[in-house]
Amino acid sequence: MEVPILKQGQYVIASVQSALTDADLRELREQITERVGRFRSKGVIVDVTVLDVMDSFAVRTLRDLAHMTRLRGAETVIVGIQPEVAFAMVQLGLSLKGVATALDLEEGLAFLNARAREHLTSGR
Amino acid sequence: MVAKPITPQRGETPDEGTAALLRELVAHLRQKRTQLREEWARRITVAQLLTAMTEEEIFAEATSVYDNYVEALETGTFEALQAYARNLSERIIPRGVETHEVVGIVLLLRDVLARSLFAKYQEDFEKLNRILDAYEPAANRIANTVAVGFVQERERVIRQQQEAIRELSTPVLQVRDRLLILPIIGVIDPQRARQLTEQLLRAIRTNRAKVVVIDITGVAAMDSNVANHLVQTVEASRLLGATVIVTGLSPEIAQTLVTIGVDLSEMTTVGDLQGGIEEAERLLGVKVVVINEAA
Repeated sequence: MEVPILKQGQYVIASVQSALTDADLRELREQITERVGRFRSKGVIVDVTVLDVMDSFAVRTLRDLAHMTRLRGAETVIVGIQPEVAFAMVQLGLSLKGVATALDLEEGLAFLNARAREHLTSGR
Repeated sequence: MVAKPITPQRGETPDEGTAALLRELVAHLRQKRTQLREEWARRITVAQLLTAMTEEEIFAEATSVYDNYVEALETGTFEALQAYARNLSERIIPRGVETHEVVGIVLLLRDVLARSLFAKYQEDFEKLNRILDAYEPAANRIANTVAVGFVQERERVIRQQQEAIRELSTPVLQVRDRLLILPIIGVIDPQRARQLTEQLLRAIRTNRAKVVVIDITGVAAMDSNVANHLVQTVEASRLLGATVIVTGLSPEIAQTLVTIGVDLSEMTTVGDLQGGIEEAERLLGVKVVVINEAA
């Protein structure tokens, strides 16, 4: 299952279109990390609006992705987690601690832009 | 001749001997309808039952109950009676009639009718025996049907009311753009906690909220289950991009949370609702300016 990954200025946006197998998830992680390196991106948005379920492997992969991209200088935001998915995740103890999350693509971009401004003003 | 005990089963018709007895019995009860009904209504008043209803109302209902009772005796089937019992319950429950009153009046009717049978057949003891053998099981069945019908209707109403209360007591309110307030009042059981969380998450998405203030001033006590639910709610809200501020923790609840060892690192807390809203405004980058009216 190919996940379209688009470059949008300094950011990389991956928009999940359908349920992902474990292999798909690993592939996605590799592809995004590769793009971030190639484009020297400052931010990544992964849109999971379409997913009505996220198991422990998916959550772990997204966490790993966020850590990996941070090492390459990019902040990752997971957007579009559905209420039912969020509820199930906390009940099962699947944590995205340390990973930024936002309501949707628009909020995700706003988040990354705000972070970029912070970095500018703090002189990083 | 030895009297056979008759137990009319659902759908089964009693045998000929019993049928004849029941017909005789029913004919007698119909003939004595007026006075037996009055006697019954009188005894209801004396026993101080159905105090929520007027005498006219009691008499009107008594008439229906009496006729349905006799009909159940006659046909040996109880569906019509069940339907009538439910219908009656639906009408009298909102009037505040209690279970013991319904059971009480049905047993009184049973007694009034039995005594009437005693009076009629007291000369013929053997016949009285057989009449009672026909009457007793049916009368038991009737009392049971009416009482159970009433209780079931009550339970249905209670469930309905509980659901309504649950809905009412967890309103999610939008007070400002992107800011939601969830005031929680009363006791939170696991079911309510779950409903609360689901409602909040849906509201976050619908209103695109960035900050939620959960006020628990109205929550008296909290156990570890509820505390964990709260922590889960905070975390789930974060997954939807919303920050949660919890306000109104009483000293007791604060003590409970610390003692239980709940992970509060992810939870922002402020003493009271006002403080919580001010903090929320700060997070949203909203500044409130008081305009002084010129005198």
